[in-house]
Amino acid sequence: MNETLRRILAQHGKLAVDAASLGETDDLYAAGLTSFATVQLMLAIEDAFDIEIPDRLLNRRTFASLAALESCVAGLVGEKEPA
Amino acid sequence: MCTACNTFLDRLIDRGLLIETGVDGLYGRSGAFESVIDGFDAAISRIGGGDGAEVIRFPPGMNRALFEKSGYLKSFPNLAGTIHAFGGDDAAHAGLVERLAKGEDWTQHQALTDVVLAPAACYPLYPVVAKRGPLPPQGRLFDLNSYCFRHEPSKDPARLQMFRMREYVRVGTPEQVTEFRQTWLDRGQALVGSLGLPFHLDVANDPFFGRAGRLLANNQRDQRLKFELLVPIDSEEKPTACLSFNYHQDHFGALWGIRTSGEETAHTACVGFGMERVALALFKHHGLETARWPDDVRRALWG
Repeated sequence: MNETLRRILAQHGKLAVDAASLGETDDLYAAGLTSFATVQLMLAIEDAFDIEIPDRLLNRRTFASLAALESCVAGLVGEKEPA
Repeated sequence: MCTACNTFLDRLIDRGLLIETGVDGLYGRSGAFESVIDGFDAAISRIGGGDGAEVIRFPPGMNRALFEKSGYLKSFPNLAGTIHAFGGDDAAHAGLVERLAKGEDWTQHQALTDVVLAPAACYPLYPVVAKRGPLPPQGRLFDLNSYCFRHEPSKDPARLQMFRMREYVRVGTPEQVTEFRQTWLDRGQALVGSLGLPFHLDVANDPFFGRAGRLLANNQRDQRLKFELLVPIDSEEKPTACLSFNYHQDHFGALWGIRTSGEETAHTACVGFGMERVALALFKHHGLETARWPDDVRRALWG
């Protein structure tokens, strides 16, 4: 999942730094992530993991770091798959 | 006399302050209504006129290519108004006239023109500023006023489809533009207070479209980028934004390539005055007859 998220970040994040060099908890906004780029990220992540991020998670915290994104995606993928 | 004047809109129309056109949100305005708009416009100038803003008046239509680049369609596709014109030949014209007579769809040969309706007074400004090259060290300040269009027909008289927006727009360093916004947050409250209107300030978001829009709206609120000065007009529960104070960060600066004198990407901020909304708020709270408005309100408007 981490690799996929890094690839999506590199493709859609329009960051000022190399997505491969990002630490798990590095602040993506500080790395240059803009509001409009988060929209592209959201669409690409939903597409890649076949999920729909619910309204309650459509906020800055969800997109704040790789770790935050992983936790969001893991939760939604988990909800999707029957235990 | 109107026998069923239930709503504020009904009373405004009955009194002749607004003139119906048959389309919700599209009204003519009487002389009395316009004198209030003029008075408020002058009151704004009395406060901001000494700041040395460059006055520019754009027409209510803007260059479509620049509008497309502005990103407005990413965020507000449902509100945009595009202008089309007939592009057919004689035969197509004959067909148009025939379909029109039959009450059928006649728009087959209507094609996009190079003009769209301005959605906000400041949209045509940013490319003009970028074209002038790097900003001077003190940045720039503009005074704008334009008819704007937003496709949102409503019976709420404070939600017009075509309305005037006066704006001051600051372009400069983050420090310069955030100081500008704070100054106008203070000035705006003093101004509306001098008009005897009840109001409060609140963090706000633009009406971004769709699911992506909810993310953008939440981001905007989280960062406290937009404040609105709200006055109850059509309803107490949902007061109307009469002034707005917006910090765009480097959104327009990066989009249009506006640079500061230090070769950084410029930041921008604006204060917007909803001219009709303020006039409507005054009619709502002080009555439909301006001659009976409190003296201090009349003085604040007309000196």
